[in-house]
Amino acid sequence: MGKTITEKIFEKASHKKNLTPGESVWLDVDVLMTHDVCGPPTISIWKNEFGEKAKIWDKDKLVIFPDHYIFTKNVHANRNVDILRQFATEHNLPNYYDVGTERYKGVCHIALAEEGFNVPGTVLIGTDSHTCTSGAFGMFATGVGNTDAAFILGTGKIWEKVPESMKFIFDGQLPNYLTAKDLILQILGDITTDGATYRAMEFEGEAIHQMNMYERMTLTNMAIEAGGMNGIIAVDDVTRSFLKEIGVENYDEFHSDENAKYVSYFKYDVSKLEPTVAKPHSPDNKDIVRNVEGTKLTKCYIGSCTGGKITDFQFAAKLLYGNQVNVPTFVVPASTQVAKKLEEETYNGISLKEIFVNAGCIIAESSCAACLGGPSDTIGRSSDGDVVISTTNRNFPGRMGSKKSQVYLASPLTVAASAITGVITDPRNFL
Amino acid sequence: MENIILGKAYVLGDNIDTDQIIPAEHLVYSTSIPDELKMYGHFALSGVPIEKAGLPKGFIPFINGNETKSEYSIIIGGSNFGCGSSREHAPLALNVAGVKVIVAESYARIFYRNSVDGGFLIPFESHKKLNDKIETGDILEIDIHSNKLKNISKNFEYELKPLGSVFEIVESGGIFNYARKNQMI
Repeated sequence: MGKTITEKIFEKASHKKNLTPGESVWLDVDVLMTHDVCGPPTISIWKNEFGEKAKIWDKDKLVIFPDHYIFTKNVHANRNVDILRQFATEHNLPNYYDVGTERYKGVCHIALAEEGFNVPGTVLIGTDSHTCTSGAFGMFATGVGNTDAAFILGTGKIWEKVPESMKFIFDGQLPNYLTAKDLILQILGDITTDGATYRAMEFEGEAIHQMNMYERMTLTNMAIEAGGMNGIIAVDDVTRSFLKEIGVENYDEFHSDENAKYVSYFKYDVSKLEPTVAKPHSPDNKDIVRNVEGTKLTKCYIGSCTGGKITDFQFAAKLLYGNQVNVPTFVVPASTQVAKKLEEETYNGISLKEIFVNAGCIIAESSCAACLGGPSDTIGRSSDGDVVISTTNRNFPGRMGSKKSQVYLASPLTVAASAITGVITDPRNFL
Repeated sequence: MENIILGKAYVLGDNIDTDQIIPAEHLVYSTSIPDELKMYGHFALSGVPIEKAGLPKGFIPFINGNETKSEYSIIIGGSNFGCGSSREHAPLALNVAGVKVIVAESYARIFYRNSVDGGFLIPFESHKKLNDKIETGDILEIDIHSNKLKNISKNFEYELKPLGSVFEIVESGGIFNYARKNQMI
């Protein structure tokens, strides 16, 4: 019987052969990632449980990014960053990226890719549900809670059930009005928010392999929105050249066998897909943009691990160039590297940053910001009565702040087009 | 671990996500300082829209006023309970509020793991939808070993799915106790 990429990584990390989906195994963890929300409780559990014997299993494999509640006056939130800083100093941690220093990176999932922690064939566990983002690099990456993370911190191990795999095949050439976000919102509408629970979502096909790494990360990022254990895309030349550029070499490439077993297949012809939104209050509440065009907005938001990558801003800048936004529009680069690229990269001779400034956007510093609401002084946070269109990943009640606000999830193209008109707008009107 | 859990039911709908269980803005409190830990109990389920809080009628707060404990110790959910973020603060908040068992049709993976591995509460799965058969305030009795839920108020009994491979972790009170018992740490 053939095997999927995920099954092959499980075999390697568990040192066992012929695993079957559903079976529980202990995996060796290659990287453990945490941040300011879940890091402090993880450290506290680790200290309590291991007591005097508490020892970090491998300092080089622990990566800590403060990123969630950074630019706030909230004393408790700031204390959480202090706890991380103290822990990093006490243990002399090599991979701590402190706020207020040149090492500060911003949103963890994007920083992991930029800093070379995404290595094909490895196991990366993080205390954040969007840890599945890293699966774009042909690796097993998934989110866990603080207790599991504390266990890994002391032992380097985690128990996992071998997941069944689902395959999503995208054929054809992606038209200029679609992005990876439209594809994943389409999938979510088709399989719903628990359609992939405990399963691996493998993405394949011509349209996937034509995508750059950042767009691929949009797909794997939202695997969790379908309940997926992980999202995964096989390594190809695009992956190899991305990794070569940042100095990542010598890794294991796994590819699914021809006769690997999948519980289901979904096949799409991308030329037939439409710009898509998720309506309030669930990421699977799919509709095509044309059906909700004209919905009046009070805020637009471009940011987060899902929609605050350099490619998301390239898409948005193309539409915002020479235009003015009609509603408050927030531009939140996911990482400090993305923020730097906004100043360096140009479109029609001017920098992306200038395009956003000229269009009247509000540019914020890199962090998770209002994607998950955050403390009351978080920039872009939704208020009662707000109708927001956003490139982020979740629109549950209250997710971006107020329970009495409505959030539409969409691609950076759709959000930019809507920012210009002040109502939900199909990006084809501007392309 | 108690063999029989007796308590009042609090009924919720499908897809109760972690932002509804504990809104992200409250995740700033320390989980190791007792006075701050109580805040998680106070804010437990505060993100549920009030019309859907305590079904079938709704408009029933899970926590009254400034309290940190709920009068309800058993939650009846629908499908995909605990979807969304990886925050362990979600089962922790329910535990601090006094919840001992959840019975739902299905769970999101991370919430399920966190409930079991952290030893916060017991996540039972039901064979069929129960959140339209049980009402908020019903007195329930759950037998952990025989996987039976008895609705004392309505005089009904339902079979629950066995906990299966995680039973030992639940019985040990979490992954650390389980690992110590098996000499893994």
